[in-house]
Amino acid sequence: MPESNAARASPEIGPNAITARIWRRPPLIHNRTLRWACGAGAFMYLTLALASLHINWRRVYDGIERGWRLIQGFLVPDFLSRWGDIAVGMQESLTMTVTSTLVGVLISVPIGIGAARNIAPLPIYFLCRGIIAVSRSLQEIIVAIFFVAMFGFGPFAGFLTLSFGTIGFLSKLLAEDIEDIDESQAEAIRATGAGWWQLVNYGIQPQVMPRLLGLSCYRLDINFRESAVIGIVGAGGIGATLNTAIDRYEFNSAGAILILIIAIVMMSEYFSGYARKWVQ
Amino acid sequence: MPVATAVNKLVWRHRAPRRQLALWVSWFALVSLFVFCWRVMTKDTMWSFVWDAPRQAADISDRMFPPALRYFPELLAPLWDTINIATLGTLIAIVIAVPVAFLAARNTTPSPRMVRPLALLTIVASRSINSLIWGLLLVTIVGPGVFAGVIAIALRSIGFIAKLLYEAIEEIDASQVDAITATGASRLQVLDYGVVPQVLPAFAGISVFRWDINIRESTVLGLVGAGGLGLKLQASLNTLAWSQVTTILLVIFATVAVSEWISARVRHAVI
Repeated sequence: MPESNAARASPEIGPNAITARIWRRPPLIHNRTLRWACGAGAFMYLTLALASLHINWRRVYDGIERGWRLIQGFLVPDFLSRWGDIAVGMQESLTMTVTSTLVGVLISVPIGIGAARNIAPLPIYFLCRGIIAVSRSLQEIIVAIFFVAMFGFGPFAGFLTLSFGTIGFLSKLLAEDIEDIDESQAEAIRATGAGWWQLVNYGIQPQVMPRLLGLSCYRLDINFRESAVIGIVGAGGIGATLNTAIDRYEFNSAGAILILIIAIVMMSEYFSGYARKWVQ
Repeated sequence: MPVATAVNKLVWRHRAPRRQLALWVSWFALVSLFVFCWRVMTKDTMWSFVWDAPRQAADISDRMFPPALRYFPELLAPLWDTINIATLGTLIAIVIAVPVAFLAARNTTPSPRMVRPLALLTIVASRSINSLIWGLLLVTIVGPGVFAGVIAIALRSIGFIAKLLYEAIEEIDASQVDAITATGASRLQVLDYGVVPQVLPAFAGISVFRWDINIRESTVLGLVGAGGLGLKLQASLNTLAWSQVTTILLVIFATVAVSEWISARVRHAVI
């Protein structure tokens, strides 16, 4: 422990403790006024926030019985009575995940290259960074609402949403990766008189490929999770099936769907971790 | 080095023949998988709707501008709700996630065989369900409103905070813990004086980071009825009031930008 803490704490102890100096834990915020202000502010905010919560305890009490039924639905999942719907939803989710990841990766590679400051000219750099910023700041569910309004209900809108999300995610990470490469290798390729394409192909691509593959696997995993959500606003997939099951209070089917989602998410997380270890 | 013989002269090649073949086979497999998935996915797609999309897009953007700024005062109460959902949800999550993290970390768990798997299971279950799905479930259970949103955010955040925190706990410097143990401190005192001070900055960073994500998520939780700005968004979408939708989206953007700024500042200060 630094001595300064003991020194700082000692004046606060009082006149009776002069003979034995007692160590005190240093406070999180050293400035006493600021400490009190933060405490009072937090207390006031909490009071106001809790006061505006308006919990309908009667409704919550009624809900306990439903919550219990939901837990029972988890323990006794019913895969069979809605199996047709579940199978269609799963099929849509899985195909949507695969196609959107592939298309998203294909589009994000050129954008990622364009957004890397060390190989792209300035106008292209700003354009690509702009595309990335737009794609990252829009939440997937809001994008899904717009695509559903434009392209109609169903997995096609979901496919577009997930591809759009993939572009922002992958291009940004790819661009950062290209900016972090070992310059000497690129320099060596440049010294042979290689053109820009040859530079990208021989100097940069081998360096970023393992991480690009790893990130694509990770994004595949994310896209499946998202595909379970965007169905709520009509973009197809297992989320739509889940929404229907909950609306009908069929908690056993809902439990079955949730168990399937958790199982697939865990499996894909495991495999994407394994794949990332394998390529790196 | 992979080379090919061309008229008794060695020519450098990018890849060895076997590797080249493997590459082509994997590309072929990937393309076939894509074609197969595409056909399954689009078998029920109404292509007339898809071809109609540019016209729809033009129509919607036409209706979206100019944004209905007069609608803004109505959004202040939902904005307050949204911030409360994120903040209270994060606080509840922290209260539950901290003990779970200590139970899950290999160096602080009371029993690696019994308790640790249970804690890890809690983390995985909480993490693999999106907060919108938690919201969907909770709205049916406790009824629509802010309370359902708070609980949904809390349930989703437990796994996130606990996972990052237990990883931070596993990475601490063991010598400090040894030093506290050597003074004859009890188990709890070792945690309090040996472990907690080391993970406190990481903990503050994780919490603020999650709060930032939660602000983002709580803006759309209302789509399933869990209160906040999303409720207004849903209402405007249902009545096709696109100019109001623009206003709501602008408010969401501004809120998310401010929360990101706060979170970046705080993380910069503590780490």
